[in-house]
Amino acid sequence: MEMSKEIMNQNTDIQQISEEQDYTLRSTDAVCINESHLHHKWYYNFKYMAVGVLFGIVFVKAEIISWFRIQEMFRFQSFHMYGVIGSAIMVGMVSVWLIKKFNIKTIHGETIEFHDKVFNKGQIYGGLLFGLGWAITGACPGPLFAQIGTGATVIVVTLLSALAGTWIYGYYRDQLPH
Amino acid sequence: MGIIEFIKQPWPWYVAGPVIGLTVPALLILGNKTFGISSSLRHVCAMCLPANIPFFKYDWKKEIWNLFFVAGIAFGGIVAISLLKNPSPILIHPNLAIELASYGINDFHGLVPSQLFNWGELMSVKGFILMVVGGFLVGFGTRYAGGCTSGHAIMGISNLQWPSLVATCCFMAGGFLMANVILPFILSL
Repeated sequence: MEMSKEIMNQNTDIQQISEEQDYTLRSTDAVCINESHLHHKWYYNFKYMAVGVLFGIVFVKAEIISWFRIQEMFRFQSFHMYGVIGSAIMVGMVSVWLIKKFNIKTIHGETIEFHDKVFNKGQIYGGLLFGLGWAITGACPGPLFAQIGTGATVIVVTLLSALAGTWIYGYYRDQLPH
Repeated sequence: MGIIEFIKQPWPWYVAGPVIGLTVPALLILGNKTFGISSSLRHVCAMCLPANIPFFKYDWKKEIWNLFFVAGIAFGGIVAISLLKNPSPILIHPNLAIELASYGINDFHGLVPSQLFNWGELMSVKGFILMVVGGFLVGFGTRYAGGCTSGHAIMGISNLQWPSLVATCCFMAGGFLMANVILPFILSL
């Protein structure tokens, strides 16, 4: 009895450590993370799906997921994609500045957290490799999902291949220069 | 012109860009989530095939919101194409049209060129490079870089992170190299 209590205490210790370790691991090689400490029911996630739907509609309607528009961008034949990305960054930058300045909270009352990214060589090597892939497929990861939605079913193969690429990266991560 | 006809036209950059930019505060305010898409690929790996690899041994349930988000993007694609489809053909730059015609690509309907990206082409060398190798580079490269256009270029630069600016410059450099130097060779295969 005494012993099992001790084991239980040890287990909670392990869980507390792993909460932090888990955050460190999740934020390795990632910008996009869940910073929230709250635990909600799974169906709360539908609000992110709603944002995704709007986002997907914009992707299609502004032809951001068009292979042709990406080719034009990389050949300096059209301002369209530069306008889209540039104005998105401007609006994002002002939004982040406002959130920090006025300490705007989430709808659940949580403080919004930002973390600084640490530079590593992966941002150069990986960035170049992704750039090559972007110009071949005409799609970064977001547009892949939207292209499938528009009925280009063969893009499922591209998506599966991207999953394979991510998995292979995870497998060889420790041997790659960072 | 009715409102629906108006919406069905291609949307200009100054409408699309700001709406995409607003995704950043929307996700932050809805639940402290930093904007990004390529991480969804990692979460699927962690969920389906972690294979005891340390990089995939984290609590993916905490990031399940990201999978709802990308599923929403696919639904958005369905909605846009079935309800708001632009009836006119896509206009492309005349120089691009001439270049593509020299590789036998002359169908500019649709967002993805159906002459290059289709199930039949998958078994050809060209189709394999375009769909399979291209996809692999996207998945491997984004994770190695630690983010894609949304995570680094939009979220990262919005938060004034210089490593994200470096990554974005490398995305563009890789793209210029591929589109202007390597892709012409691939398309002529």
